[in-house]
Amino acid sequence: MSKFLTASIGRKFIMSLSGLFLMVFIAVHLGLNLLLIFDDSGDLFNQGAHFMATNPLIKVMEPILGLGFIVHILWSFTLEYQNWKARPVKYAKKNMSGASSWASRNMLVLGALVLVFLIIHILDFFVKIKFTGDPSLTEVLVAGEHMENTYALVSGAFMSSTALCVLYILGGILLGVHLSHGFWSSFQTLGLNNKYWLKRWQIVGQIYAVVVALGFAIIPLYFMFGLYN
Amino acid sequence: MADKILKQLKIKVWRQKNAKSKGRFETYTIENISTGSSFLEMMDILNNDLIEKGIDPIAFDHDCREGICGTCSLYINGRPHGPDTEVTTCQLHMRKFKDGETITIEPWRARAFPVIKDLVVDRSAFDKILQAGGFVSVNTGGVPDANAIPVAREDAEESMDAAACIGCGACVAACKNSSAMLFVSAKVSHLAKLPQGKVEAKTRAMSMVAKMDELGFGGCTNTRACEAECPKSISIMNIARLNREYLKARLSR
Repeated sequence: MSKFLTASIGRKFIMSLSGLFLMVFIAVHLGLNLLLIFDDSGDLFNQGAHFMATNPLIKVMEPILGLGFIVHILWSFTLEYQNWKARPVKYAKKNMSGASSWASRNMLVLGALVLVFLIIHILDFFVKIKFTGDPSLTEVLVAGEHMENTYALVSGAFMSSTALCVLYILGGILLGVHLSHGFWSSFQTLGLNNKYWLKRWQIVGQIYAVVVALGFAIIPLYFMFGLYN
Repeated sequence: MADKILKQLKIKVWRQKNAKSKGRFETYTIENISTGSSFLEMMDILNNDLIEKGIDPIAFDHDCREGICGTCSLYINGRPHGPDTEVTTCQLHMRKFKDGETITIEPWRARAFPVIKDLVVDRSAFDKILQAGGFVSVNTGGVPDANAIPVAREDAEESMDAAACIGCGACVAACKNSSAMLFVSAKVSHLAKLPQGKVEAKTRAMSMVAKMDELGFGGCTNTRACEAECPKSISIMNIARLNREYLKARLSR
């Protein structure tokens, strides 16, 4: 097994598997977040957030998710460093635009920007909800259950700051571009690809990337333009 | 129709005395080049000029000049084998360039392909990868009957497509990671698709990948630049197959 993890293809499997795992998380995360704009009373979102905070399966998955992020991020930097070392003398003139997509060549840059966004995002909401608390996190009663008013925290943050909205729109778009290459690429790395499946993975990947980018961008836009009642 | 004449070209080329010395770019001017001449003929004319001026001619690899041996290389204007698709440098023609243009010529750049002199790089790393497993072990003897082992047409076609690889190294040169995955996958695939090659498929995939890593090639990030720049259009579906073969081999022990 250790030989597998040190071989170039083995290391790529880890990138691919952790990437796929994070993509499942992103789909769940987006699904829940969209409750923000479908119910202006905030009850649906609060129920969703409460369910995620109390469900035993999610509690088990939380540290695994954290590990997934750490593995994907650390692996990417070490892999990119090794790839960078494979060409000690760089070309003076490069013309790569015709042969490969911009996103595919800049996965590390895109990933690093998403990481910056991720850190800000975690400090904005996750840390406040889990640890430090926030004045807007009062207790509410939804469907006979007491829970934290996370809707007030999130919607309040977006309503009060246009800059934050713009940051979250950018974050969504960056993630989408990252995934436009990442999705089909993970299947290719796992060997789950052939001349028939390449087009299928790429089409599904593009749709997924656009849904993620638009889905995450539409939430701050909704609050920015005051579309709530 | 007579070919157009390019009145003047500037050739910015990498000069390096030997493997140990530090190289640098030199720019030479060359005049009256026919658009009908090949890129290497232009290089020959330039070298003639240089010899007459008492300058050491530019060293570059070339052999068959028919696009089949895989000897010629050159990273021209930012692309391996220059601004044309599905051709090697020897099959590239001067009609692809404009009058007055500066043409930048660099050697393949990769840790595993060290420069020997000027534009010539040592590609013996590819030979070492082949020696690690790119073969079929058979006993010598009479030639078996051609129809004795049935091979599906699609398998034969895919095997032949992979076998079209001439080992020029453009995939490594094109890849932002200097990865040799397209080369290795082509060599693994053309054997893995045939019954004779299946016997050693597992050890082949493992030992060729191990050798590739050991020699300092980078990893594949699926940018597909290799496939786009390959003079023989080897498909990255071979890389998916290599990943599959490798995973199978690892899981089975």
